[in-house]
Amino acid sequence: MRKFKEYIIEKLILASGLASIFFVIVIFLFLLKEGLAVFKIVTPANFLFGKNWYPISEPPQLGIFPLILGSLLVTLGAAIISVPIGIACAVYIAEVAPVRTKEILKASIELLAAIPSVVLGFIGMVTLVPWVKSIFKLPTGLTALSGSIMLAFMAMPTIVSIAEDALYSVPRSHKEGALALGATHWQTIYRVLLPAASSGILAAVMLGIGRVIGETMAVMMITGNAALMPHSFLQPVRTLTATIAAEMGEAVVGSEHYFALFAIGIVLFVISFAINITADLFLHRKR
Amino acid sequence: MKKDFSQTIGFFFLFCCILVTILLLFIIIYFVFVRGVKVISWEFLTQAPRAGMTAGGVAPAIVGTMYLTLGAIMFALPLGIAAAIYLCEYSPKGFAVNIIRMSINNLAGVPSVVFGLFGLTVFVKFFGFGVSMLSGCLTLGILVLPLIISAAQEALLAVPQSMREASLALGATHWQTIKKIVLPTSLPGILTGVILSIGRVAGETAPILFTAAAFYLRGYPKSIFSEVMALPYHIYALMTEGAHPQQQTAIAYGCALILLFLVLLVSTVAIFIRQKQRSYYG
Repeated sequence: MRKFKEYIIEKLILASGLASIFFVIVIFLFLLKEGLAVFKIVTPANFLFGKNWYPISEPPQLGIFPLILGSLLVTLGAAIISVPIGIACAVYIAEVAPVRTKEILKASIELLAAIPSVVLGFIGMVTLVPWVKSIFKLPTGLTALSGSIMLAFMAMPTIVSIAEDALYSVPRSHKEGALALGATHWQTIYRVLLPAASSGILAAVMLGIGRVIGETMAVMMITGNAALMPHSFLQPVRTLTATIAAEMGEAVVGSEHYFALFAIGIVLFVISFAINITADLFLHRKR
Repeated sequence: MKKDFSQTIGFFFLFCCILVTILLLFIIIYFVFVRGVKVISWEFLTQAPRAGMTAGGVAPAIVGTMYLTLGAIMFALPLGIAAAIYLCEYSPKGFAVNIIRMSINNLAGVPSVVFGLFGLTVFVKFFGFGVSMLSGCLTLGILVLPLIISAAQEALLAVPQSMREASLALGATHWQTIKKIVLPTSLPGILTGVILSIGRVAGETAPILFTAAAFYLRGYPKSIFSEVMALPYHIYALMTEGAHPQQQTAIAYGCALILLFLVLLVSTVAIFIRQKQRSYYG
């Protein structure tokens, strides 16, 4: 009887393990099923590189190039801000901070990660957006720059915690060797520790960027959502994620517009897949 | 002398970076608190919205967020822990497990709005649940599943192998060992992961945009097939829709404060448990 019970439990556990992989496949299949239908209307090349996104005009123009550029621009801006600061924070927490402070700092970074993106978007709307508008004397403060600054906040916790792990996993002997040779602590950090942890730090940066590309709510609220080819950081842009979130409510089920939004979902899925696989490779190369 | 100088400069730079980050975090919290606390009242917490979103409270949104979060966790928790147990305790090490592990990592990295799309096609349309609490809970559940699996996995892997061996040597079966030894030992770790994912679910907006959320409902959801209001979506809607931006922004501050309070409370509890456990194990 007990044997039978254990047999059942073990099979249930096995089923749950397989269910999770099943979900990944199902998600992708459903996206494919709905998204690929759009390629009956536009060719993949025109879809990816077409410069006009007018999904409800007649006939609809479904080029997502401006949206891809919008995502890239916002992500680039966020990376420029968050990567150096994030790595600096990680080094400070891992190497410089006294033990007591370290715990407090780590907890704070975790709290930062816990702030919902819609709250960050809201705060960006009521504070940052008016500032950007008045500082740069723009007609609107809803720009790629505002989005980048807010998203830098979201990438930061990911970058800090993974980079910190990478720094910890450098063998102690490396550090001790450098110090014994007469290097200062600072020299040890940037000549020995940072290079030794570089693949882990790279993975941290990639995962941080992945977080930014996939971010939706904050971006939708503060980047202005103009689906035009972006030329500078001080312009409204629209990202891939914001397009899905903003337009899915209005898209008629089964229309070209609807399928095009799912095709954007496929693009996002593929991007996040690529980023995760690469980051995974970097993390494992280290071990 | 020169070397020491560069170290001083370097450390000062690092210190500035962390100081700015932490300061901004606290400024954000303080800002939301100061502006939000003005609109919080008993009425705000217990009444439904009135007069086109310009008066009354946000009680349906608070209740809706709790329902959605609870539902998602109830769905994802058993599945996630079982999957983690399978991956750590049962599965043969090798190629297949690596593939599963990689898929789970990838699932965790998929943008939340893509989960929303998935929820829309599968739960809302394919299963015919419609825009409902059920669709929202399931979508959010699939979103947190990978987080729970990887947290539970980490906790299970941290249990020393010797404890398992000792239990097996005493004649316990594999399942008895897991139930009586491995799970209790890894409980704090699993708990931390679960609590952190509760915070994550409560704040997610994109997945419920087109699977569950409604801007305005007169009362509480009646069944799992009715639409719900949710705090994060309510903040978004207040800031982007409606005809009275001034009054709506004030209410949005209140919602942001409640949401931030709930999420930070939950995360603080998780962090506290982890630090306690760390000091216990050294």
